[in-house]
Amino acid sequence: MRDTSTGEGPAPRPDAAPPPRIFHLSFPASAISVRSSLRAALARFARVMTPDEAGTLELILAEVLNNIVEHSYRDTGVGTITLSMVRDTQGLSCSVSDDGVPLPMTCLSQTDNKDSRPSPESLPEGGFGWFLIRDLATNLGYTRDGNRNLLAFRLPLAPMLVRAAG
Amino acid sequence: MNLFSEAYDGMLVVHVDEPRLDAAIAIRFKEQMREVTVQPAPRVILDMSKIEFLDSSGLGAVVAVMKSLAPHRQLELCGLTGNVDKVFRLTRMDTVFRIHPDLDTALNSGRKYA
Repeated sequence: MRDTSTGEGPAPRPDAAPPPRIFHLSFPASAISVRSSLRAALARFARVMTPDEAGTLELILAEVLNNIVEHSYRDTGVGTITLSMVRDTQGLSCSVSDDGVPLPMTCLSQTDNKDSRPSPESLPEGGFGWFLIRDLATNLGYTRDGNRNLLAFRLPLAPMLVRAAG
Repeated sequence: MNLFSEAYDGMLVVHVDEPRLDAAIAIRFKEQMREVTVQPAPRVILDMSKIEFLDSSGLGAVVAVMKSLAPHRQLELCGLTGNVDKVFRLTRMDTVFRIHPDLDTALNSGRKYA
């Protein structure tokens, strides 16, 4: 499919090998800033994913970023979140950093157990956020680097060939 | 936060006129729902057809509203858009709500009990 040869055949059309799409943004840790950051991130990648994929991306990002606002920075409204995303051939690589309190390891410890969803019958009002992140994202990883939280994950996407109705 | 309600016989329909029900407005949503559901009606139908995006905070707020109405009043949902429906299915919370495809269906289902 991908033509990596050189010197034979016509030059690849400009749209045959789209350039990597990169998004990088630092913003204040507030729910309103999260909203505008989501809008900016989605706008950057809207043309290289399906509407359904975009919905999934927005949900994962909203959960990750709002968790930082509410828990890492404890809803103080003070602090900075940095979001970086790169579109590659298989999907999106995302990394998020903040300088808040460490992420409890229990949030990630159930990575392999997708049934760790809050029980619907108990009518839970919370606890869905990390379940959704673990359920929808892949390659979820976290490290504490000094005073900084670093979270990385991937979102697999359909190949971005022929997306005519972009 | 734009919420408005209409009374149909025995039913209170609450329209959420917001594109997002998320962490930024979840608390205000709960507060306003408490105000608009003061008027008595055994069934409260939440029209979510304008909501394009729901996150876990928004979902938690809807659950909180349902619990605040129980046990004497039932919260039902209608008009879930694609992304909103997905959140309900992923969390299996679609199993604890009565969900109608659209408002007409919700209102007609009420007539059976009238």
